[in-house]
Amino acid sequence: MIELLRKTNIDFMGKRPFTFSLSGILILLGIIAIAQIWRGAANLGIDFAGGTAVQVKFEKSVQLQDIRVTLEQGGIRDFDLQDLPAENKVLIRIKKGGTAVGELADKVISILSQRFSANKPLIDSTTEIGPKVGSRLRNDALIAIGVATIGILIYIAFRFQFRFAVGATIATFHDVLAVLGIFYILGKEINLILVSALLTIAGYSLTDTVVVFDRIRENMRKGFKENTETTVNRSINEVLSRTIIVSLTTLITAAALFFFGGEVIHDFSLAMILGIIVGTYSSVFVASPVVLMWKSKKPLAKKP
Amino acid sequence: MKKKILWRFVLIGATVLLSIIFFLPNTPLFGYMPRWWKENMPSKGITLGLDLQGGVHLVFEVEGDRAVETTTERIAQSIKDTLAKKKLNAEVTRNGLMINVTPNTMDIRRAIEGDYPVLVAVETGTRLVYKLSDKEARRIKDNATDQALETIRNRIDQFGVAEPTIHRQAENEIVVQLPGIKDPKRAIEIIGKTAQLEFKLVDDVSPVAAEIPSIIKPDEEEALLKRFVDKIPPDDEILFERVVNRETGEITKRPILLKRQALLTGDYLTEAKVNIDQRFNEPYVSLTFNAAGAKLFEEITAANVKKRLAIILDGNVYSAPVIQERIAGGNAQITGRFSMDEAKDLAIVLRAGALPAPLKMLQNVTVGPSLGRDSIEAGKRAGIIGSLIVILFMVFYYRLSGLIADFALVLNIILLLGAMASLNATLTLPGIAGIILAVGMAVDSNVLMFERMREEIRAGKTPRAAVDSGYDKAFWTIFDSHVTTLITAAVLFQFGTGPIKGFAVTLSLGVAINLFTALIGTKTVFDLINSRKEVKRLSI
Repeated sequence: MIELLRKTNIDFMGKRPFTFSLSGILILLGIIAIAQIWRGAANLGIDFAGGTAVQVKFEKSVQLQDIRVTLEQGGIRDFDLQDLPAENKVLIRIKKGGTAVGELADKVISILSQRFSANKPLIDSTTEIGPKVGSRLRNDALIAIGVATIGILIYIAFRFQFRFAVGATIATFHDVLAVLGIFYILGKEINLILVSALLTIAGYSLTDTVVVFDRIRENMRKGFKENTETTVNRSINEVLSRTIIVSLTTLITAAALFFFGGEVIHDFSLAMILGIIVGTYSSVFVASPVVLMWKSKKPLAKKP
Repeated sequence: MKKKILWRFVLIGATVLLSIIFFLPNTPLFGYMPRWWKENMPSKGITLGLDLQGGVHLVFEVEGDRAVETTTERIAQSIKDTLAKKKLNAEVTRNGLMINVTPNTMDIRRAIEGDYPVLVAVETGTRLVYKLSDKEARRIKDNATDQALETIRNRIDQFGVAEPTIHRQAENEIVVQLPGIKDPKRAIEIIGKTAQLEFKLVDDVSPVAAEIPSIIKPDEEEALLKRFVDKIPPDDEILFERVVNRETGEITKRPILLKRQALLTGDYLTEAKVNIDQRFNEPYVSLTFNAAGAKLFEEITAANVKKRLAIILDGNVYSAPVIQERIAGGNAQITGRFSMDEAKDLAIVLRAGALPAPLKMLQNVTVGPSLGRDSIEAGKRAGIIGSLIVILFMVFYYRLSGLIADFALVLNIILLLGAMASLNATLTLPGIAGIILAVGMAVDSNVLMFERMREEIRAGKTPRAAVDSGYDKAFWTIFDSHVTTLITAAVLFQFGTGPIKGFAVTLSLGVAINLFTALIGTKTVFDLINSRKEVKRLSI
């Protein structure tokens, strides 16, 4: 039998002062990110903010500076460029173009084709989103996150006791906020794809939490003569290696996506990787302590 | 016991076989199948999303207010006629969505309100102000969206796009998806053209007509309109004709003073086709009116000989020839220095009919074919590498049991592809990510069970008992963790658009199939091993 971890005996609950401050920082980051998104100060993708994105592929490599000057001379304002040098690709994003949908992308393409006639740019994709659609997509995303969280809360409350549901929900929020916060700090784009990654993380991070909760509940029923904190600690130690392996296998595939999956889902896979790591951490260091600390007169294992 | 295992194997075998049959159209192998197979067996398979095969995703808003405005204008004209017929002297003008009538007398009110129950009076002081009732306005807008949908469908049909998706969204939006289209810009133009064809008389009599310059630069339109806004007669308007110099190619605009009332519209058209002008070897579009239109055209031309009749499309004058004589037969033509494609597209939109209101593009996502191909390649590579590492890891860590988990994993991929093919689901790039993540999650259930079994073995149970209680005890953990993922997948499906819906589909199918492969697939193999003879040691 190959084992990742031999029988461990770590006092997870005792590390609360440290882990709670770490989690506090992560949650704070997430809240700051949301506030910045609200103010419009975050790096919102054009699907949320409205605007135009054009991705072009050149035959030979081009200098970003060249493209910047060319576009500026052509009268394009408020744009930023992103380079994918390995494939001679450049992503041009123009926020809040002001012009009607359908014009700006054409303009960019014609300016570039004229200037780089010898190194012909091919259009990979263009995306133009009017402000009305942007704000609707943003609302939909917020509603989706809300509905998903409530759905999970109800299910966990139905399957476990309410205090487990509280622990699971706080842990889920923690994971989503942490990933969002890290993305914000990294200056990554906040877009629809990220929201779907966040929702997937919300669903998946519960896998670990459920594994830990199940064991806590099971050990509670056994009625050891020990205090709750010891039982929680013991449960986590018992399931530690499977918690890690379960995450590890999914982490492997997310990493494969990150390294080999291509540019379009690069950020999506990064979010998944972060989410899986944070999710595993939070089932041990967030969900479980919350269950332990939630004052309840009921014994922990009453419901079947 | 043995019989039960056999049946479970039959079940697994059958699902695998079904999956392969459904997925076959997505493989080159389908081409080699005999004819009876191609005709009778599933042939659609998984459809690639727009992001993978290239194409456009468009969202248009139907500007319903403009349809209400058009109706208001028509009613204003009609009121004018009605009052004139009843010999009631009144001035009727339209201001936006309002119809102003002066003076306010009992007779005029009765005449209008009796004949036009769709109007409501907003003001009844010295003058009368009417507008369409809210209910009527809503009905017009709703109709406009339905009609626009129908018209767009017609146009796309005639343009020729394979498997377009065109549907209504929300109150006044239309979503158009054109997969694999080569020339998205042309398609957008065909869809978006209002194609409101009108015939109006040129007003050469008004003194203002003489004041208007005969030729201006293209960017001087607004300034000119501003200059004349207070001068032009209330029944007139100024529109522009685009003039291209044959030698230099220089473009100028010719302002023309027209009677506001359209004498004839594209509603009366039965046919529009492209012909070639022999003189300049240029294409033009010839129009044929239906019987009512032909009669109207004959009356108009008879009554206005020696006057000029302008042919107007979407507010632009295409030509304004002098009527030489009464024209019977109901034929007319639109000339305007078109290229062949332009003329063809114009004929399409005229044949398919005008949009009841202009469209505003809200969203345009265009994906070129090469990006999609790159994405598929990258997705395949990531999938293969990820799966291989997971497969190797499981064998390394759990030995023979790991191999059984790998069997479940492969089963999982086959069933997932089969299920998607059987539903004719659309595979998007995030969908590929969903499949790959599902591979990672597929072994989760097995890991949970194996760890349980190890625990039971450590506690001193026999391999068979360890397998059974490992399954029993891990079941609810597995079930709970799958359900929570399913909840978020369902939410994603409900709120997501396009690519993200595709992700939700693969993720939820993946999770559901995972439950099946973990709880039936792996268990059956373990049972088979245990049923042969009492296994001394479990390779786990």
